[in-house]
Amino acid sequence: MDLFLHQLLAGIATGGIYACLALAVVMIYQSIDHFNFAQGEMAMFSTYIAWQLLAWGFPYWPAFAATVVISFAGGVAIERLLFKPIRNAPVLSHIVVFIAMFSILNSVAGFTWEYTIKSFPSPFPSTPLFGNRLIGAHDLGMVGITLVMLVLLYVLFRHTRLGLAMRAAAANPDSARLVGIRVGWMVALGWGLAAAIGSVAGMMIAPIVFLEPNMMLGILLYGLAGAVVGGLTSPIGAVLGGFAVGIIENLAGTFIPVVGKELKLTIALVLIVAVLMVKPSGLFGRTAVSRV
Amino acid sequence: MTATRRTLLVAVAALAGAALVSSPSLAQKKYDPGASDTEIKIGNINPYSGPASAYGLIGKTIDAYFKKVNAEGGVNGRKVTFVSYDDGYSPPKTVEQARKLVESDEVLLVFQSLGTPGNTAIQKYMNGKKVPQLFVATGATQFGNPKEYPWTMGWQPNYQSEGRIYAKYILDKHPNGKIGILYQNDDYGKDYLKGMREGLGAKAATMIVSELPYEVADPTVDSQIVTLKSKGADIFFNVATPKFAAQAIRKAAEIGWKPVHLLNNVSNSVGSVLKPAGLEASKGILSTGYIKDSTDPTWKDDAGMKEWMAFMDKYFPDGDKTSSFTVYGYAVAQSLVQVLKQAGNELTRENVMKQAANLKNVDINVLLPGIKLNSGPNDYYPIEQMQMQRFTGERWELFGPVMSGEIGS
Amino acid sequence: MVASERRLGGLTLPAWQRLLTIGVVIAALVLPLLVKNFTVFQLTLVMVYSIAILGLNLLTGINGQFSLGHSAFYAIGAYTTAILMDRFGVPYALTLPVAGLVCLVAGFLFGLPALRLEGLYLALATFALAVATPQLLKLSLFEHWTGGVQGIVIVKPDAPFGLPLSQDRWLYYFTLIVLILMFAAATRLVSSRTGRALKAIRDNPLAAKAMGIDTALYKSLAFGVSALYTGVAGSLGAIVVQFVAPDSFTFFLAVSFLVGLVVGGVGWIPGALIGGVFVMFVPNLAEQVSKGLAWAVYGVILILVIYLMPTGAAGFVRLVAGRVARLMSSNR
Repeated sequence: MDLFLHQLLAGIATGGIYACLALAVVMIYQSIDHFNFAQGEMAMFSTYIAWQLLAWGFPYWPAFAATVVISFAGGVAIERLLFKPIRNAPVLSHIVVFIAMFSILNSVAGFTWEYTIKSFPSPFPSTPLFGNRLIGAHDLGMVGITLVMLVLLYVLFRHTRLGLAMRAAAANPDSARLVGIRVGWMVALGWGLAAAIGSVAGMMIAPIVFLEPNMMLGILLYGLAGAVVGGLTSPIGAVLGGFAVGIIENLAGTFIPVVGKELKLTIALVLIVAVLMVKPSGLFGRTAVSRV
Repeated sequence: MTATRRTLLVAVAALAGAALVSSPSLAQKKYDPGASDTEIKIGNINPYSGPASAYGLIGKTIDAYFKKVNAEGGVNGRKVTFVSYDDGYSPPKTVEQARKLVESDEVLLVFQSLGTPGNTAIQKYMNGKKVPQLFVATGATQFGNPKEYPWTMGWQPNYQSEGRIYAKYILDKHPNGKIGILYQNDDYGKDYLKGMREGLGAKAATMIVSELPYEVADPTVDSQIVTLKSKGADIFFNVATPKFAAQAIRKAAEIGWKPVHLLNNVSNSVGSVLKPAGLEASKGILSTGYIKDSTDPTWKDDAGMKEWMAFMDKYFPDGDKTSSFTVYGYAVAQSLVQVLKQAGNELTRENVMKQAANLKNVDINVLLPGIKLNSGPNDYYPIEQMQMQRFTGERWELFGPVMSGEIGS
Repeated sequence: MVASERRLGGLTLPAWQRLLTIGVVIAALVLPLLVKNFTVFQLTLVMVYSIAILGLNLLTGINGQFSLGHSAFYAIGAYTTAILMDRFGVPYALTLPVAGLVCLVAGFLFGLPALRLEGLYLALATFALAVATPQLLKLSLFEHWTGGVQGIVIVKPDAPFGLPLSQDRWLYYFTLIVLILMFAAATRLVSSRTGRALKAIRDNPLAAKAMGIDTALYKSLAFGVSALYTGVAGSLGAIVVQFVAPDSFTFFLAVSFLVGLVVGGVGWIPGALIGGVFVMFVPNLAEQVSKGLAWAVYGVILILVIYLMPTGAAGFVRLVAGRVARLMSSNR
């Protein structure tokens, strides 16, 4: 029972990592209607920018803010420079460009900052909270920041004109254009926001897993899985999905006999696929209705 | 032995080597592909990309070292050409690159190809072609088997021996301990596991309370650490690569678990593991060493490390001085130069293997004091000695005798 | 005017195609005799990857289903061959059909639940399959068969009937024969009734269903056949490389197949060959440009390719062929 509780809490802490990145996945899905396989590498690259700023002597929060702004600008620039010219190419061509971005960002980061791990500071106190040692202050802080981003996103999409315009541009570009929405810029804005969220995720995740060019490889997969389980159209669903994946993974790894410890990733993935077969649009997603 | 004396020894050895070959009338010149009067061509395969790209640093260091060798006149007057390819840690690519080196670039030998899977993939090919696969960069035991694979030789202490050293220590100091093990789920992790189990012998079944694997793609090992603690382990054998080892050290401290912590040599760099994990949390960790740690203040005034530092400044200024890989690369490249010097003017593949299996108390000045290279026709493990060490929170403190966990001993 | 009636230098377009095919086959027969064994080995791998990419093309290009998990089928094929050869002493040529069959079944079974998943969700499910594969191969339960983390080393076959060919050249011709058979079969399949049904499902699943096509069966079948192709490729790959290990079949292999597919052209059968060449040689080219930034160079090349040929080599070839034809007809 004790072990169960401990694993549950460790699962929540790890789930926070996935939830953080899952938000970025949902953000980009909302604006371009598919995954960005380079999302994790973008977040990793942003984190290196933050690390560099800190190494140059900036205090934490200004460096944090600067990184978010730079990442936002970077996201917009990537859309304008890389994806606008091939707007009409097939989806698979876009995926190949994601793969290209993945290898470029990974390679450049490794070339510039080496592949050895770097520690990344946490803005939260390192002393255990409430005298309990089960969940660290940083883990709780990360969960808090994820929730703040979630609320901001919710407000943006539900209660602002800009959010409405972005949703319209993604859902039905042609009609949106007719009512005067600049669809191209809405997509670019979506990229910028996804990159900014990703940078926050990166800066929250790096203190836990350490900063190195391949840090996001596994996390992206879990983040995607979380987003899909929760429903790609729902930020709340994505966050809950992220936590669910973290908890399932830990419990499966600990309590399933014989194969559990060797296959915890596989078991988690099988469960996810099973969920999808029962509820193809995720636990919280809207069912897509297509016009025939 | 003092550092100066060791340096002197190297110099003497080099002089002796030079004296042996300096008269061409005595030693007839003989060459295989890749060697000539002016050049020795060395091949290498390293993961410069992909999940194991951190190791690429070793290849870059070796490259820089040969630049130094060439700038100082080469080996017996011949320039070393170092051809190094990327395999991204993928065995099919390793095979392709090895064949390219042997058949297209026509190198004299392949040196320091990295990783167990890749080396296993090319072992049969290299031995079939009778091209030396020299000083492979892995501690798996299968690369020191001269009977079956006379053209393949390891260099570093093998993982199983190291596992046995820890087992010896445990049986000696904590005979009633409960051991929890975290290991990477691949050949490297399982080799350590095997060494530990064999070292414990009959007591393994009762002493090991939990063995938990992790995958390279796992984001964290938090869950495993939590389980190990709750299984009541009071000895923690940490068989993880740098990132995961650092995570484990930090997580253990975070949840207030204070076992006897045995950290595998792969991850005992102060600069790139213990510092990121937290020096306070790392205090008291035990490990074994055979190479001097560049970030350890013990070696601040050490002649060998000063030489290394001068080399890094001049030939590899961008290189990471806190990483143990740069020291490793420096040491292994020196070992090869020693073999080539011994081979003199008879630069055939056969003679290269003969000389590699004829290292007698060779002193490399960045290895720990007292540790020497020794090999023979039936001994394809050049370094077998290690010494245990304890982390003080600032530096490694060596203790106990220089040990060898030789398989079968 | 219908394209097929267009004449170019006195020959119709299909005639030109046939001529080109024959030319390529002759070149493929002569080439290995002119180059080093090492290059022959590389060319053999090109063909192996081409077959795998062709498998993916049948699924994605013809039937419209995504897969990021084809490294799994490649691995199943490779391990089937390795285990049969190493543990049971089965001759290598006989392991090919077995590997194909095993993968057909595996693909079909995976295709069944995948039926309920579409687009991105299918992509994720197959992605998961690719990521899980190395773990499953390492699993200690199967270690007796798979060699666990160590993998299996297999022996390279000699040329039969005392043919005066090196092992590499013989394997090249062996692979070439398999490749030609597989491509011919794929071409047949695509133009058959089944092929038309598969394409109808890709273009408009609802209409296809309304026309009475059993979409579930055809989609699972497409998965199975696609897996069969990739499995045969994996089997050949194992023989050529002489080694299988979990690390050989990571998610990155599945990504390379996808890149090869898109570069060659989705839905265009000969494109798989171009994809195979790209997957094999472009990373080496990138490494020659810059060692430290090899993958960045690779990424840049990839982006340039997509910019120049947004629909892969297929679109490019069509464009060039169209231009040439127009040029010829205006000259007349």
